[in-house]
Amino acid sequence: MGYTLVYLSLIVLIPLATLVVKTAELSPGELWALATSRRAIASYQVTFGASLVAALVNAAFGTAIAWALVRYRFPGRALVDAIVDVPFALPTAVSGLALTAVFAPTGWIGRWLAPLGIQAVFTPLGITLALIFIGLPFVVRTVQPVLEDLEAEVEEAAAVLGATRWQTLTRIIVPALTPALLTGFALAFARAIGEYGSVVFISGNKQFETEITPLLIMTRLEQFDYAGATALALVMLIVSFAMLLAINGLGAWARRRAGHA
Amino acid sequence: MGAPARGARMMETRGIAAPLAAAATDEPAWVRRIVIAVAIAFVGAFVLVPLAAVFAEAFKAGLAAYGRAITDPAALSAVKLTFLAAAIAVPLNVVFGIAASWAIARFRFPGRSILTALIDLPLAVSPVIAGMVFVLLFGKQGLIGPWLTGHGIQVIFALPGIVLATTFVTFPFVARELIPVMEAQGAEEEEAAIVLGATGWQTFLRITLPKIKWGLLFGVVLCTARAMGEFGAVSVVSGHIRGRTNTLPLHVEILYNEYEYQAAFAVASLLVVLALASLVARRIIGRRVEAT
Repeated sequence: MGYTLVYLSLIVLIPLATLVVKTAELSPGELWALATSRRAIASYQVTFGASLVAALVNAAFGTAIAWALVRYRFPGRALVDAIVDVPFALPTAVSGLALTAVFAPTGWIGRWLAPLGIQAVFTPLGITLALIFIGLPFVVRTVQPVLEDLEAEVEEAAAVLGATRWQTLTRIIVPALTPALLTGFALAFARAIGEYGSVVFISGNKQFETEITPLLIMTRLEQFDYAGATALALVMLIVSFAMLLAINGLGAWARRRAGHA
Repeated sequence: MGAPARGARMMETRGIAAPLAAAATDEPAWVRRIVIAVAIAFVGAFVLVPLAAVFAEAFKAGLAAYGRAITDPAALSAVKLTFLAAAIAVPLNVVFGIAASWAIARFRFPGRSILTALIDLPLAVSPVIAGMVFVLLFGKQGLIGPWLTGHGIQVIFALPGIVLATTFVTFPFVARELIPVMEAQGAEEEEAAIVLGATGWQTFLRITLPKIKWGLLFGVVLCTARAMGEFGAVSVVSGHIRGRTNTLPLHVEILYNEYEYQAAFAVASLLVVLALASLVARRIIGRRVEAT
């Protein structure tokens, strides 16, 4: 017990507290100025915008993948089920490298996009693609078990009572999936805003255009501008905490839902 | 739970409703086909194609070039450092994971739910921030960095910093796996062992450990995989000193930035193999966890 607390403090709490201590060295005015500089605001826009789009794409496609895996039998199903976890297991630097190779104008997928005038690498689109990749397992793996536990009887009852498939889907299945879907979305979003490794390869890192906040923190650190880095980190930390609270809240809501059902 | 089985059960209970029910509990064939096609295309484009691309690029210049890239002294020292950092960070987190899950599953104490939330904290923090806090603490202008440097201890841009950052980001994995296992298992057998005169250590080795071993192993696999693949946090604290503080993922980035693309992909392919091996191990162990 005592050991648990000491180790937790040494590895996690004290280091994170350092961040707060460092912030306290700045006056609120300075902190505000550093956290809201033009370059910082641009990086927030890129980070949160791309993360939001990526999480939304994952919510839609992740649910479709989970649905196909649970409800349908098709050749390659076991393979799809197995490799959904790859983005989670793959080191982020490798993910970034691989995606850059594939989506570059000469890459396997990029060469089909180039004639359409779509440039993926070194654009916000590339950042979004990387964030879709790393967020993919979160929605699939939170929706999948809930879908497996859905009892067929409820759907059958709806059908027997005269509901069409569409009505059953929107009135029975979607409400049952909503908490898990929101949790998966929040997890993917939370992971995306902090992501660094997979993005830096594909983003091109142009100031005001494709510079994500974690990269800007990195740049500030390399310039020994610890105050600037700290201010940005504090903003990110606050958002992360808010996401963590939201995810825990969603989890509690989902459990209550399951308990009532 | 295939569609035919459900249809058959419907037939027994409600003979007349069967055709209607089949239409209302299953999607039309064209919907099925579209959903399946979307699932395969999405996973294929985002996961399978990039993985294949890594190997294609790695072997582009032939087997000999591949061999040269992965036996380069800088690559080998990166391999060594990666394994060394994992070999220190993983056992630390295993001991913590057992202690923390024990405390959380066996005892009710004030702040228990806060402790559970705090364990997850490193997962919510950006890797860059995870590395940065150690720079703030141990760096040149850090809180205790100057004092340590005065005593000849260097943390940042050296092995201790890499180990600390790795330990931070892999901190939750073992504990998270063990808490539900320990909670499901209950304390009765341990209490019986204590009553029968076993020491705490004996109880742990003979009663607790055999029951949690698959869950523990699962956590160790997750923890090791992440420890070897961590990039952002380690990147901040390592200083990228070639041959000295370069882990495998950092080496990939350096090669890439030096336009040594084939070598970068060759080293990356090693990490892909490690990641795939960890996934296979997770599958096998995951089945054991469910069985116990």
